[in-house]
Amino acid sequence: MKTRSQQSPLTGGLARLSRRSVIALPLAAAVPFARAQFRVEIAGVGATQLPIAVTRFRDEERAAQPVGAIVRADLERSGLFRNLDTAGVALDETSQPNMSDWRSRGADALVSGSATRLADGRYDVRYRLWDVVKGRDVGGQSYAVSAADLRLAAHQIADQVYEKLTGEKGVFSTRIAYVTKAGPRYTLWVTDADGEGAQSALQSSEPIISPAWSPDGRELAYVSFESRKAVVYVQDVGTGKRRSVANFRGSNSAPAFSPDGKQLAVTLSRDGISQLYLMGRDGENVHRLTTSSSIDTEATWTPDGRSIYFVSDRGGSPQIYRISAAGGNPERVTFNGSYNISPAISPDGKQMAYITRDGGAFKLQLMDLAGGSSRGLTETSDDESPSFAPNGRLIIYATRDGGRDVLMTTTPDGKIKTRLVSTTADVREPVWGPYGR
Amino acid sequence: MKPSIKFLLPTVAIALLAGCASSVKLDETPVETRTPNSANAGATGTGAPKSQVANVDLAAQNAAQIGKVVYFDYDSYVVKDEFRAVVEGNAKLLNSDRKKHVVVEGHTDERGGREYNLALGQKRAEAVVKSLTLLGVQDSQLEAVSYGKERPSVSGTGEAVWAKNRRAELRER
Repeated sequence: MKTRSQQSPLTGGLARLSRRSVIALPLAAAVPFARAQFRVEIAGVGATQLPIAVTRFRDEERAAQPVGAIVRADLERSGLFRNLDTAGVALDETSQPNMSDWRSRGADALVSGSATRLADGRYDVRYRLWDVVKGRDVGGQSYAVSAADLRLAAHQIADQVYEKLTGEKGVFSTRIAYVTKAGPRYTLWVTDADGEGAQSALQSSEPIISPAWSPDGRELAYVSFESRKAVVYVQDVGTGKRRSVANFRGSNSAPAFSPDGKQLAVTLSRDGISQLYLMGRDGENVHRLTTSSSIDTEATWTPDGRSIYFVSDRGGSPQIYRISAAGGNPERVTFNGSYNISPAISPDGKQMAYITRDGGAFKLQLMDLAGGSSRGLTETSDDESPSFAPNGRLIIYATRDGGRDVLMTTTPDGKIKTRLVSTTADVREPVWGPYGR
Repeated sequence: MKPSIKFLLPTVAIALLAGCASSVKLDETPVETRTPNSANAGATGTGAPKSQVANVDLAAQNAAQIGKVVYFDYDSYVVKDEFRAVVEGNAKLLNSDRKKHVVVEGHTDERGGREYNLALGQKRAEAVVKSLTLLGVQDSQLEAVSYGKERPSVSGTGEAVWAKNRRAELRER
């Protein structure tokens, strides 16, 4: 009852019913056609969508990746664009498209380009963006990339188009890490933000939990049970080189890089009960941050690096608290409900996504940190592990749907959801990487 | 009773062991093993050496009978009275051999966050470790670790399943 009263009008009443019906159809229909391991499906519609025409890129059928199709899918998935049919249109970045033609087709913007194979095996990927309404060329760019980076080039084009048209940075070229469990096999994956092109970073027959990105996107910290206890490792994503940074007596868990990348917050039980500690990025200079006789865990830094939000049961039930990174007395942040965990702070520092228990259900919530009000963002009841995209426009989380663990993204208003469909394994612990790779 | 069993068991065991190789008359049933060895047991020296003494380690037998799992109530870290025997039995074992090491692994049921459950399981493991140290076990013989909700002993949902998963397991290292 409490959570219902906290919900915004957007998530209540008729809006909730209609969204539920919208979600059910496309998601159910999508599953049989999923050929890749992951497939992203969108549900819900933004209030205003910019109509855009993205044509097939010249020669894209001869490239290893369908560049134009990836750009189109990225833009659509953001919920801010509506793709127009461009079948049969032959344009590239050198064309002089007839703007009045495209205006009459209803386009506000037009994107075209090419993907040409170079003599050395790389690809020259080019694009151009036109503002159809104003009838002008907004600019373009070219990228010379290896076949392995064709998807990245497509995502970077989508990011540029998104930024030029919305004024905000896109996150299509960022990456997401997550963990799957298939039978006895645990795998830590790194995937493009659209859920495609997943590559495994670590495979183990023992559990892997709590992946966390370094702020430069080059390293992943995580907890591995490979030595039959929880030990924190940091792994270079590109080379696979890994080092254990916290392997003390007891359990070592919940790593979180500071925004400057110089420190790690971790949970250690070496002094008897799980407490927060800070250490250098290689595990040096360990010092205790919290001193309670209760559980303190799940540290997450504020973007300015000055504070740490964490979970503690010092008040008798797990609640979220905030402490200065320099130490001191924590202050309590959540007050509603008897179980609030897994805080994630938005990149602007103004909002906090977290999980609350409501009866037997675990629900993703979003709190306005200035006012303290919270609202639910989902209709599912096993939500876990929220993480913000670096532009703050999306939150990724794990949940359970149709008897499987799945990854979903939602806009912070809860209106637009996309699902990364797992066809073979249970997926969990998603964490959105930073800009750059 | 106790002394008699203590003294009887080894005797029977030795007899049984010896019976494998030689024709000790344990009973009169016509079980004939016509292998050359048994036929000439003792005569050729190819059977069990006559100096052999089979050892029966009652402590080890008892150890195997001592429970290794402590179950917990929901949201609780209290070692219940019914598991007193498990704790005391293991304490006795560890106290009798200071070279023995035990890892206490805490576990939770599947509900809730992974990291918070890891901390909960740790608290359960620490509770068992504390009970053991109160009975004289050295700190250096023990380590409390946690698997949180990652390693359920029974899969599925519902209280019957959850009750079996809220546990601490003692594992010799």
